Amino acid sequence: MSVQEVLPLGGLAAGQSGQFRADHLLVAEMVKPGSKVLDVGCGEGDLLQLLETRGIDGRGIELSREGVNRCVAKGLAVVQGDADTDLVNYPDDAFDYVILSQTLQATRQPRVVLENLLRIGRRAIVSFPNFGFWKMRLQLLIGGHMPRTENLPATWYDTANIHFCTIKDFVQLCDEINVKMERSVALDLYGRPVPLNLPWWVWNMFGEQAVFLLSRGGGK
Amino acid sequence: MQVAIKRLIANEVDGQMGGVKSIPSPAISADERSHEVDHPSSQVAHFGTEQPLRLDCGVDLSPFQIAYQTYGELNAGRSNAVLICHALTGDQHVANVHPVTGKPGWWETLVGPGRPIDPKHYFIICSNVIGGCMGSTGPASINPATGKVWGLDFPVITIPDMVRAQAMLIDRLGIDTLFAVVGGSMGGMQVLQWTAAYPSRVFSALAIACATRHSAQNIAFHELGRQAVMADPDWHGGGYADHGIHPHRGLAVARMAAHITYLSDAALHRKFGRRMQDRELPTFSFDADFQVESYLRYQGSSFVERFDANSYLYLTRAMDYFDIAADHGGVLAKAFAGIATRFCVVSFTSDWLFPTSESRALVHALNASSARVSFAEIETDRGHDAFLLDVPEFFDISRAFLQSAGKARGLSGKKDG
Repeated sequence: MSVQEVLPLGGLAAGQSGQFRADHLLVAEMVKPGSKVLDVGCGEGDLLQLLETRGIDGRGIELSREGVNRCVAKGLAVVQGDADTDLVNYPDDAFDYVILSQTLQATRQPRVVLENLLRIGRRAIVSFPNFGFWKMRLQLLIGGHMPRTENLPATWYDTANIHFCTIKDFVQLCDEINVKMERSVALDLYGRPVPLNLPWWVWNMFGEQAVFLLSRGGGK
Repeated sequence: MQVAIKRLIANEVDGQMGGVKSIPSPAISADERSHEVDHPSSQVAHFGTEQPLRLDCGVDLSPFQIAYQTYGELNAGRSNAVLICHALTGDQHVANVHPVTGKPGWWETLVGPGRPIDPKHYFIICSNVIGGCMGSTGPASINPATGKVWGLDFPVITIPDMVRAQAMLIDRLGIDTLFAVVGGSMGGMQVLQWTAAYPSRVFSALAIACATRHSAQNIAFHELGRQAVMADPDWHGGGYADHGIHPHRGLAVARMAAHITYLSDAALHRKFGRRMQDRELPTFSFDADFQVESYLRYQGSSFVERFDANSYLYLTRAMDYFDIAADHGGVLAKAFAGIATRFCVVSFTSDWLFPTSESRALVHALNASSARVSFAEIETDRGHDAFLLDVPEFFDISRAFLQSAGKARGLSGKKDG
């Protein structure tokens, strides 16, 4: 089953959704058309291209030179940069949304990065692989080795992902730094949303990845 | 390169009888070059006393002229004009045979039919900078007040002065907003100055291998070049025109030193290594035993055929003074506050004259201004000169950037450009 079937995305031509990743479609659906977006860790620009089809003014930062050059060669507004060090250059409220797609776990200081996302963007959309996913747990419990999956095939010694977390961990961090979770979706192994009415522990167990729409909490 | 070496060999042979050789004399007569100064083989815009050029040094330059070339047609909406800004020793002949040297245009890799900047799609303008020596008013021009060559009486000019003059030319051509301003090195400085001074007149900006200010090391290299010119007795305190000569030895040395900064250690090693020039053993003399020496001597001697020594002093000085942040209270981001121009910044890994760190500082300032910016660093061992050479990745990026900007500008989105 494709994500499109469970997640209709307005403005996208039928048959086009197959070329986009499930979490990208979900993210694109969370962004209001016409808004200004920064995609941190934009890879080869697939999400930015999807956003452009929806009339969104998208910019990107990418660490790898090859990724950046491929994005720029697609006409995308992407610069070479590091989420850990370069977000400080952006002013407050520069964007409507700042997106961190499958990159949080690769940053050196996830908490500082998250705080920066919600400083320069009025909202942040964060997606990450859930280390609490049952297959991960099983590999550690039964296999006794660091988990490796189809989406995360790297071994422990050559992975760029240095700060894995579970959905539960992430929710805790959001509470700690007073971040409001406006929407949260967990996708199962097949990219299907885990039903909303189920409790957190089910998400944490059966969500292979999670996507959060965040905004600044009140108070503090 | 092969041609260069062969030509060198010819020069070497000519000089065999003279014992130890220095830089050969120019093969092109001074007359050919000086004719271009006041009567360029291109279009010329004259600005009379009613339209002086206000210079940063406080002088009103008037009358003055700007020599320029155009390629392609301006569309009905006047929205497809691309201004190319040339580097230190370039000129308006960006995509046509050079009238003095007979060589192809200096940026035919990027500009021309089938190239990323194609005259089929764009109205392309390239003008010689103020202070230059290929038809725009400069120190080699005739001072109308005296009827003699300006020489060092010519006022010191800056990058903003060059851009101010270009804006007057663009006005004269009836163009309000340029679709793109494009340039590398000193040309890139002009691109950035355009966006800082006339943000609403620049729809997109392609700034290549440049910086928002000239570094101390770059000023130092320029000073070396100027001292070489001024140390040549033929320079005559800048008044060589009155003596009917040209300080070609000093200028050639300046060019040789500068040329090294345009390359890289890796590129020099790859091209020449320690290979001998047309001989197998050292001559135990100060002859050009090594190929790299021959090459540099050729670069020096061919340069003086087409360039004026005083002009070299003025243009290097203009680059030295360039510092956009200083003109905006020391905060670079202020220069670009609220700018709607689409930027593409390109640097090259082996460029040590305008290293990537300079481009990155620019990009950070543009990010801080929320400008729309693309920034690519291209891997090459060819040094600063890479922007003038055949580097396909650079062309792909330039083409995609302009096509994407063209789409936003409502220009026809033909892919064949």
